[in-house]
This record gives sequence, C-alpha cells and structure tokens, in this order.
Amino acid sequence: MVHSGIAVTGIGIISSVGDTVDGNLQALLEGRHGISRLQNFDTKHKEHILVGEIKRSNEELAAALDITKPHNFTRTALLGAYAAKAAVASAGIHDVNSLRTGLISSTSVGGMDYTERYFYEYLHDATLYPYINTHDAGDSSHKIAEYLGLEGMVTTISTACSSAANAIMMGARLIKSGRLDRVIVGGTDALSKFTINGFKTLMILTDDYCQPFDNQRRGLNLGEAAAYLVLESAASLEQEGRQALAYLQGYGNANDAFHQTASSENGEGAFLAMTKALKTAGLDPKAIDYVNAHGTATPNNDLSEGRALTRVFSDRMPLFSSTKAFTGHTLAAAAAIEAVFCILALRHGVVFPNLHFQQRMEELDLIPQTTTVYRPLSNVLSNSFGFGGNCSTLIFSKA
Amino acid sequence: MKNSVFINGIGAVTAQGIWRSELFDDAEELCQAINYAQQPAYKEVIAPAMIRRMSRGIKMGIYAAQQALDEAQVALPDAIITGTGLGCSEDSEKFLRNILDNDEEFLTPTSFIQSTHNTVAAQVALRLQCKGYNFTYVNRSISFESALLDALLQLQQAEENQILVGGVDEVSDHTYKLLQLIQEIKASDTKETVKASVTPGVNYGEGATFFSLDTQRSASTYAKLLDVTIQHRLDNSDLSSFISDFLKANALFANDLDVLLLGYNGDPQGDSYYAAVEDLFPHASPLYYKHLSGQYDSCSAFALAAAAAVLRDQRIPGCLTWREQSFDQQPKTILVYNQLKGKDHALILIQAC
Repeated sequence: MVHSGIAVTGIGIISSVGDTVDGNLQALLEGRHGISRLQNFDTKHKEHILVGEIKRSNEELAAALDITKPHNFTRTALLGAYAAKAAVASAGIHDVNSLRTGLISSTSVGGMDYTERYFYEYLHDATLYPYINTHDAGDSSHKIAEYLGLEGMVTTISTACSSAANAIMMGARLIKSGRLDRVIVGGTDALSKFTINGFKTLMILTDDYCQPFDNQRRGLNLGEAAAYLVLESAASLEQEGRQALAYLQGYGNANDAFHQTASSENGEGAFLAMTKALKTAGLDPKAIDYVNAHGTATPNNDLSEGRALTRVFSDRMPLFSSTKAFTGHTLAAAAAIEAVFCILALRHGVVFPNLHFQQRMEELDLIPQTTTVYRPLSNVLSNSFGFGGNCSTLIFSKA
Repeated sequence: MKNSVFINGIGAVTAQGIWRSELFDDAEELCQAINYAQQPAYKEVIAPAMIRRMSRGIKMGIYAAQQALDEAQVALPDAIITGTGLGCSEDSEKFLRNILDNDEEFLTPTSFIQSTHNTVAAQVALRLQCKGYNFTYVNRSISFESALLDALLQLQQAEENQILVGGVDEVSDHTYKLLQLIQEIKASDTKETVKASVTPGVNYGEGATFFSLDTQRSASTYAKLLDVTIQHRLDNSDLSSFISDFLKANALFANDLDVLLLGYNGDPQGDSYYAAVEDLFPHASPLYYKHLSGQYDSCSAFALAAAAAVLRDQRIPGCLTWREQSFDQQPKTILVYNQLKGKDHALILIQAC
C-alpha cells in the first residue's frame, strides 16, 4: 500500500548544539545544551542575556561552504546554505534539477544582521553597496537556491516564529498537488541586535537559562539556526524502491486572532492548529506518542500552549518536551530544527528531555519529560507559534 | 475534479487612488522616482487611535482587504494569505533607528511588534476574528504570486471555499534611499515615464491590492483564475517552452491568448524578457501597468486587478496599452507575466466568465 504521507528523504541542520545531524543528536541524547554568552557581535545586553549562538564566524561558515570573497552572503544566508546543502546531500541528490525541485525557505530576520551594521554607513561607503540588496527576506532564499544551483520554484515564508512549519506545509501542498516532485523546505535565522532588542522591549528574555513549562519560568533565550528537509511524494519513492527517513503525516495552521504578540488564554489558535493537523493526518490524539512543544519558556506561551495541549489530549497527555532549552528560540528556523529533532526521535525511538524544569506550573497538571527516555514512537507532533497569532502544527510518522 | 476559482471582489490602495470602476479612466502616468499611494480616509475602517499607530502598509492592507471582501459580500473568509517583498519596512526602520540612535536604550516595543512581515495578515485576521489559515510570503517580486498559488491550490482541492489574498508593500524612506544609491530606483530629480526611461533604475511605488477568491461564481465575479506558476531561473531561450508548457497544462494554445499584461518598468535588462514574450504571441494585445502603480515587490497584484477589470468590463482602457494593435475580438484570456531583472518568473492566467 502506498503511504498516504509525504516522504522526508533528507535532513540538514546547524544549531548551537551542533553543525551536523549527528552532532545535534548526540547533544540531545547527552542533555548538552548550546546556551552561552554572545560572542559574534556587540550589544549592550551582552552580559544580561544568554543565547543559543553558533560559535562559527561568518568567515568560517563561508570557508566551509567554499564561498570566496567578494561575496554578499549574510549570516542568515550562510546558515541556510550550510543546512540546505547538508539536506540535499543526505537525500542523495546529485543533480538538484533532475526532477521538478523547489525551495520553500523561511526567515524572520533576513539580512537584518548586515542592515543593522551598515544602516548609516551605506550612505557614505560605496564598498558596502553589495549588501544593500541583501536586506529583504527573499535574499537568503535566492542565495541558497543559487548555491545549490536550483532553478525551479523558489519562495519564502515569513510568519514570525512559525515560519518554517509553514514552509514545510506549503512544500507538502506542492507535492500533493503534483506541482513538484521534490522540495527543499525549512528556515534560517541569524541572531541580530534587532531581535535581541525587540524581545528585550517585550520583556520576554530571561537573564538565565530558559525553563520551559516551569512555574518559575522567566522568558526565553534567543538562538540562531537553520535546518532543511527534503520532501518527496511517497508514491514516487516507493516506485523507485527508496526508503524514507520519516513521513510528514499531517499539518495544520490557524490564527489565534487574539493579539499581535500575545497568545490567548485558552490557546485557541494552538488548539485549532493541532486539531487540523490530527485531521489531515487521520489520527486520533491518542495515536500521538510524543509532542515537541513550542515551549519558549515565556510565561504567556507555555501557559497558553499548556491549556491547548490539555484541550487536545485531555487526560491522555503523551510525553512532551520543549527542546528550546538546548538551542534557544531560533525564530523562523525553530520549526525546521524541531522537525529534524522529531524525525530523529522517531528514527531512534527516543524522547529528548525538557532541560531546567523543576516545578510544575500551578495552573495546569502538566509535567514535561525531563530525562532522555527510549521507547518506540510511531507519531510525533510538533508545535510552532508566532507573532500575529500564527499557530502551526506538524505531525511526523515513523517510516 | 478540481474546483473552479473565481475573483469575486477586489480592493486596492494605489498611486491612482482606491479601487473603483473609473480607476483606469482617471489614471495618470507616473514619472517620479518614488510614488506614494493616494491614501484614503481610514476612519471608516480603522479606529482613530489605531490609525496613528499603524504604518501606511498596515492601513493600506486593511483598507484594501475590506474593500475586496465588501465587494464579494464575504464577511469572514476561510483563510487570509498575503505577499510582501519588504514587509512592514517603516516599522522595521523606526525600531532599528531607535536602537542605533539611542545605543540600545529607551526602546518601546510598538514598532518591533509591528515590524514582522506577517503584520498585515495578522491585523486583518484580528479585525475579522478570522481563525483560519494565515500565511505571508516574502520572496521579492513573486511574493504575491506565491500567495495566489497557495490560495489557488487550496480552493481547487476544496480545502477552503473563500480565501482573501493580497499583496502589500510600503515606501520607507531610508530603504528606498539605499535602493537609489544602488540605482534600483531612479534618482529623485528624474522625471521619466516607463516608456521614456533613459537613466538607470526604475520608478518605484507602493500599494495594497486584495482579492476575494471563491469557488462559487457570483454577481460580482470579475473573472476566473485558471492557473499560476513560478520559476526561479530561466534563460531567455527557455521562455517559449516555459509559457507553452503552462498553456498546455491548461488545455490552451498560443492563439487562445488575447491579451498579455507585461511588467515593463523601464529597466532594459528586465524589459527584454517582456519583448521576447510579445514576439512569441504576435496576435495578443500587449498591455502594461507599472507606469500606473510604480515598481514594488507585490505590484503584480495590481496587474491581476487590472486584468480582472479588463475581463469584467470587456474593454481595454487606453492607458494600459503598451503598443497599439488592432483588436477586434472581445478579450477572453489574459496572461500576466512578471519577473524582476530576469529572475523569479511568474505567470498568471485568467479568463472571462
């Protein structure tokens, strides 16, 4: 029987816990987080925040990618190219244009890292001009496509912190409709002064390690990362006798329609997104073995998401954890790196721990999985929510 | 069996004013390097306290969205999908200036909150209490076509029945000034129309154009949306097969195209693609639109609105004519072709009902 889901045939990732899939897996299994003090650029808040920073400089990343000077890759583009290249290699693709192949990327920061550096300098230094046109979100996707030599459909999604989930969803839609045979989907975001200050003004950055779902949680750690998945139609895969790493079984997107940045008290948008995803997957809530929660560790998100989880799963809450205490909140890339983590969880039969959890939230009877636990998993659900009420859920199933 | 998709309502805030039946009769050709959209009175649709806080992009988006829904008589769409190249650029700039000018101190969150690319889609959803699917595409000149393709697929596959889809981009001073430095936008003191363009760069603009798409035809239907396709890289020599494959997939032949709506903007490099397409379809009337809207990433939404108006009214307004061509049949099928500097090629096909 042909599998009803969309096959995942390749994965690539770079995050603060590792620059390969295996490196990320080892860190997750060992409970080794990547949260530290910021090193790559200056900000006044340096001593007051902890971040999930990738310690490789732009020069090191460019060298690893054989991108020679002069070039105008922003950090977002470099991270994206790094992870997308790894995903394509992992899928065993030699000619990226041999099938109708697309790239659906996502970012929230885009080229802001260079814009914030040269915003005023541009006006009197013509040598910086090549970076002017790297500001927009589409630039990083163009850079990735050109780095891979991809000629087909390229587009970009930006729905704040749910962006990559939506890129994965659109990729699945393009495969299902027969428009594409294969699509590289995911997201990339670099740390920037812009986002650090933005989250700072919203007072949702903690000065300590973030504690998802803990009663004393005081905010999030920002992070940077990129991850991509290669999606193909399950039918064509089976015809060719190739194996999938996992299947994207369901997806759902909904809007909380409550507030531009805050989540509603009962997690309506999150509830709707999870419900839709279960419906497209054709699964009952009880078929979900593990939930990789959005779990940013802000007071508002975790309570709202917790309520939504309780509404969906009632008294049969599956094992759940937020991996953001490992990587920080990597914004547009978050859903992509967490998709990779879900696929690793399915393949290795393991639930990753929710670090730094001590005390249950007083409002809800919800205790995340705090240690690494091995058990066979069939279906895992991943949540990602963003500003603008954007709520997205993906469900991955074992191949 | 795929559902048919109809354009049942249009709304817009443009350099030619808001969407209305006389828009193309009143239209004046733009000749400034940077062209602002004529702003309507927002107080009918947005609370005064909110008007002060919102950037033009958000206001234009909310206005155009409401106008499209009103025309289609849709109170609550199933989904909202937008496209924007630069997003909420004004708020991004404002927040960044505050960071740089005040050395990361004394910041307030409002402009950061409104700086995310999906702010317009989110604000429209919030106003309408629309809890459905909500996406924002941000890929330069095909931001709108990406949104349109997403909507088309969902409507064709009966996942949703009514989708609000639109494109919005706003002028922001510093960003546009930088684009002038690299000669993407013409210098401020030039006064050249698209046809008379000689200096480097093109005339830029801003605007919001929204559509109420439906699987059901109604009294307000403009046209039927047949198909959308997007291709990142294309050599001039592959243009012919790119378009003929697209027509073939829709069971159409070259002779079926009555009108081409092309993205001529006065940049010789990009315009050569449009000239090549004109040569491929010598029997179709070539029209253009960027001389009325200005160039901005989501201006192809304005093109779709123009094409839809031509089909509904069965009349080609003189101001859209790129090249005189005797045209005796009623316009039935229009191909909208857009790309920017030879990248991100997009085709939209619409037909009279």
